[in-house]
Amino acid sequence: MKHLSGKTAIAVLLIGLCLVAACIPKKASQTVQPFSTDSSPLLLSQWGVVQRHANKLRLGEAVLPFDLNTPLFTDYAHKLRTVWMPEGRSAQYSPGETFEFPRGTILSKTFYYPRMAPGAQNSETPSPSTPLLLATDNYANDFSGHELNLAQVYLVETRLLVLQKDGWQALAYIWNESQSDANLEIAGDIKTLELQFADGKVSNFHYVIPTRNECASCHASDHTSGELLPIGPKTRHLDKKYAHYKAGAADQLSSWQSMSYLKGAPTQITTRANALWNASSRDNLAHRARSYLDINCAHCHNPQGSADTSGLFLHMAESTPRRLGTCKPPVAAGRGSGNHEFAIVPGKAKESILTFRMQTVDPGEMMPELGRSTYHSEGLELISDWINTLEGDCV
Amino acid sequence: MRILPFPALLLLIMFQGCDATPEDSKPPGQTPEINQEKQLRLKLLNAKPGDVIEIATGTIAMTRSLILNESGVTIRGAGMDKTILSFKSQIAGAEGLLVNASDFTIEDIAIEDARGDALKINEGKNIIVRRVRTEWTNGPDTNNGAYGIYPVQTENTLIEDSIAIAASDAGIYVGQSRNVVVRNNRAEFNVAGIEIENTISADVYGNTAINNTGGILVFNMPDLPQPGYATRVYNNTINHNNTENFGARGTAVAGVPAGSGIVVNSNDQVEIFDNDIKDNQTANIIISSYFSVGEPISRKTADAFDPYPEAIFIYDNRFSGGGNKPDGAELEALRVAVFGDTGAFPNVLWDGIINSEKAENGILKPEFAICLGNGDAGIVNLDNGNENKNLSTDIKNHSCTLEKLPPIELGFSLSAG
Repeated sequence: MKHLSGKTAIAVLLIGLCLVAACIPKKASQTVQPFSTDSSPLLLSQWGVVQRHANKLRLGEAVLPFDLNTPLFTDYAHKLRTVWMPEGRSAQYSPGETFEFPRGTILSKTFYYPRMAPGAQNSETPSPSTPLLLATDNYANDFSGHELNLAQVYLVETRLLVLQKDGWQALAYIWNESQSDANLEIAGDIKTLELQFADGKVSNFHYVIPTRNECASCHASDHTSGELLPIGPKTRHLDKKYAHYKAGAADQLSSWQSMSYLKGAPTQITTRANALWNASSRDNLAHRARSYLDINCAHCHNPQGSADTSGLFLHMAESTPRRLGTCKPPVAAGRGSGNHEFAIVPGKAKESILTFRMQTVDPGEMMPELGRSTYHSEGLELISDWINTLEGDCV
Repeated sequence: MRILPFPALLLLIMFQGCDATPEDSKPPGQTPEINQEKQLRLKLLNAKPGDVIEIATGTIAMTRSLILNESGVTIRGAGMDKTILSFKSQIAGAEGLLVNASDFTIEDIAIEDARGDALKINEGKNIIVRRVRTEWTNGPDTNNGAYGIYPVQTENTLIEDSIAIAASDAGIYVGQSRNVVVRNNRAEFNVAGIEIENTISADVYGNTAINNTGGILVFNMPDLPQPGYATRVYNNTINHNNTENFGARGTAVAGVPAGSGIVVNSNDQVEIFDNDIKDNQTANIIISSYFSVGEPISRKTADAFDPYPEAIFIYDNRFSGGGNKPDGAELEALRVAVFGDTGAFPNVLWDGIINSEKAENGILKPEFAICLGNGDAGIVNLDNGNENKNLSTDIKNHSCTLEKLPPIELGFSLSAG
């Protein structure tokens, strides 16, 4: 580089500034940057949706966090979900289905764990290896204000669903060891993590980051069309308070509407909200159990799903006991039957295939087929309690 | 120290200020140590219609399922003893290879030791599985994966010249499909060698099913959107399917007695002809209702499920041996009581449970009959519905014929088999 004209120098300067923006923003807020299907950036930070800033995970401008009543179990990972839409665009309300989102929508889900030894690590001296992670239902310590506190949590991956002109695109970004950014990985990964359970026991497990095609295994909830769809953003999952907005706790659906992210919602929501599955819930046992099955199973076990081959339907709208599994023999479960005869034997959780498949961690037997290497003992307890209250006889 | 021009200096500072270290920001797909498994996975992820994914001779150790979601793709190995995908160390995924796509061909490859199903094809049209071996290399074991080659809800499906060994359910299992040809395959040491289930229009011919618990099964299961009918089983060799049942309890095949040659359960319009069927110790052919194979007779069936086998036509098969050592104390007691210590069941064993609405004077109407036109081969009606009170070997009600089924025409052209 000998001599640069003034124009070139300015151009180089501008490019340099752009590069800086793509690495680490020095300004207080970051702007979300859309990309088309074939130009997915290699670094998560380039999207500007969620990004490390000092010891926090900062949300981009107009990026709205949300959570679900009963969420999908993923090896006890905690999840930070966000939605962003291009300015002036809104999703169309639906009482029962996934909202109809405008093109350009970006949904993100960051999978992370509360970690041991809070305060022992900071951004200047990042841990050289993965810390001991905690299996807990408690989200209270994850946040510092409205942002994730990276002294308290360990980031594993951030998945994006981006509504492109040809449909939803699924992208998984894996956080690097220093937790500074996450790298695009379409072929998935398997990480060995160390988890301390509620009873104090510590064990290693395989955290499986999905391949792009595995994303479709859940998100193509209409298996015939094969089209990807978000699963969470439905009225029954979102109808709740969110605790960690900048301004504190507030109703989610109202917040979506005041951001103009949702239009067409009735003044009075008549769709029954799913229950909070856990013990703190005020909902009755049956509704909690059905809510749990709805979010954990129904992306496949619905009449259009990939598991319609089984004749077992676990979506919220299903009401026929036999289709829900009561006294229903397996079709192609193989040894996933666990030597049991029926999906649900009323009153007998331990003789039901459903509970067997929730508890086993053998990939050839377990349900869901993807997304866990451990089992959810609290979820299993919920479903068992529910089955044990059911009445009837299969023979 | 040389002084850099201002912009270059600025850029340098900017890059150094960037938090992403070069190691951290290594783009995917460019790491030098990328292994064979990942290379193959990337090929499937990036496949476009018309692609032929060739896999060279060798064994690739897989840690998780492969999934193909793109239609119009061919996966081709170098031979089913040469290109091997081994899932012995599988950590994740319910299949070896899962295909959610149409116009799919897989050939000349082996899938070994999958934790769940070896090859599952879920919903798709125009499927060809050719010279594929699915095997659990430890031999029959309840802990093996369920199905070897498993197309479900497919249309126009050809499975040929393939080998399926030691599946804990069925070696070749065609479920809820339409228009299927299964020919010239070998199924060995599975619980069910070949199973056609809830499938409309299938031709099963030229296959060898030996040493399974049951050789070839034509089943209907309840609770499914499509009841099956119209299957022809012909020109197969079905010998010595006497392997002890190692299926998990609760599955449909768990109730198949060891020593079953061909089993038709709850299915209609099944034509069985020109087969060589030998030495299947419970019976060379079993025709039964949903009430008999598997679970207790008191089991409730789903609404709108037809649990009775009807319009079954058996003719011109070559039988030898079999029926002399049935599996299960009850059948064995019946054999001894009716045929004597050294006697054997006739070649066709029928549970005798019928839908009274399709019968006249206790006998199936002609269009629903179980017809036997097979020289001196006999049939026993166990009368399972009445605790075997009217057990009969009278062939009179079975001396009939049914209209023959037409051959399957697949929606794509078949090379000579």
